[in-house]
Amino acid sequence: MTKNFFAGRWGIICVGAVIGIFAGILQKMGNPGNMGICVACFERDIAGALGLHRVGVVQYIRPEIIGFVLGSLIAALTFKEFKPRSGSAPIARFILGVFAMIGALVFLGCPWRALLRLAGGDGNAIIGLLGLAGGIWIGVLFLKNGYNLGRSQATHKSVGLLFPLIMLGFLCLMFLYPQVAGENKSGVLLYSLKGPGAMHAPLFISLVIGLVIGFAAQRSRFCTMGAFRDLILFRHVHLLTGLISLALFAFAANLVLGQFNPGFEGQPVAHTMQVWNFAGMVLAGLAFALAGGCPGRQLFLSGEGDGDAAVFVLGMITGAAFAHNFGLASSPKGVGPHGIAAVAVGLVVCLFIGFTMRKNIKGV
Amino acid sequence: MSITIDARGLSCPQPVLMFMEAVKSGNESTIIVLVDTDASKENVSRAAESKKYTVTDIQQQGDEYQITIAKD
Repeated sequence: MTKNFFAGRWGIICVGAVIGIFAGILQKMGNPGNMGICVACFERDIAGALGLHRVGVVQYIRPEIIGFVLGSLIAALTFKEFKPRSGSAPIARFILGVFAMIGALVFLGCPWRALLRLAGGDGNAIIGLLGLAGGIWIGVLFLKNGYNLGRSQATHKSVGLLFPLIMLGFLCLMFLYPQVAGENKSGVLLYSLKGPGAMHAPLFISLVIGLVIGFAAQRSRFCTMGAFRDLILFRHVHLLTGLISLALFAFAANLVLGQFNPGFEGQPVAHTMQVWNFAGMVLAGLAFALAGGCPGRQLFLSGEGDGDAAVFVLGMITGAAFAHNFGLASSPKGVGPHGIAAVAVGLVVCLFIGFTMRKNIKGV
Repeated sequence: MSITIDARGLSCPQPVLMFMEAVKSGNESTIIVLVDTDASKENVSRAAESKKYTVTDIQQQGDEYQITIAKD
């Protein structure tokens, strides 16, 4: 059996470095501030491009997301790790995806972006990361008390291919209906004319970087939620080294590229309502922990045939649509009109899931 | 004494949690863990090493792995 380099300590450090550096480069090439990569924001932009919400400033099919899934698929096929599976409480995972996204959009970023915001000098990210750790800590308490969503089953190969095919379909749509300068619509796709959705690196570069990261992250099992969870649950620091590497290399890249601007006020796509920066990420962290992976990891799992992870991602995209249609998402001005209520509802739903889904596994 | 843990179909961190429970609860000299993803295989192996156990054998049967872990 060949040893998987990426699964070792240096492997995960390399993957963190690759993500951090590429994020800096993507920002330099056009992606929004401190948002070289953000899985939550980018899925939200995809929801917008498809017209699932109609907020004109966040509409763009982000090729990075497509690349993450297809890169992971290529890695999984290459190393014979493509394992089509599903059936572990899909509806619960969908709901967790919905509220994970809502929590992330109250803070304005997924865990990757929280690290990138920190690496770009945004002090508000510290509060978000503390919230994330707090949410994961609550999730760990549930795990310690027997919480789990049950076993998945092996299934048809084509089931595992469905989500990567959806991503391929989105890519085809981008080629069929390319962005037209000055137009907010091309065929069936919506394109932002201003705001974060209008800021993006060239399609081909975004796609290739997405493929590279997807490939490497599948091999390394890179997961930001897992980093905190394994630290709290087992005192394991393996995944955490990858996370620290991401932050440090993104910081270095930002210094080199002149993208480091320390402070709390006026940070790009961020607000300073700290209670809700914290609470939003508590909700997101708890939902990630209950679902078994951060948004990035769920994409990579989807690429290697995990249908339950794919359902979580679809939940996130749906959650993004709700977040913008209902005024739950924050903006640089602060939380949305119903953001606080949504966080409260989300926490109640997550606690319901955590307390009631304790299937007794007869594994021993 | 040996004990077998069936963690097939369970996503992380469940397989590691089940392994840790076996470590805590028993005096088994050998723990056999069944998993069906490479990530679980690596996680359980890593957990074993951190608990001063040694992975003595990994058998692949189709899409599944049988990991044999012995106390040092």
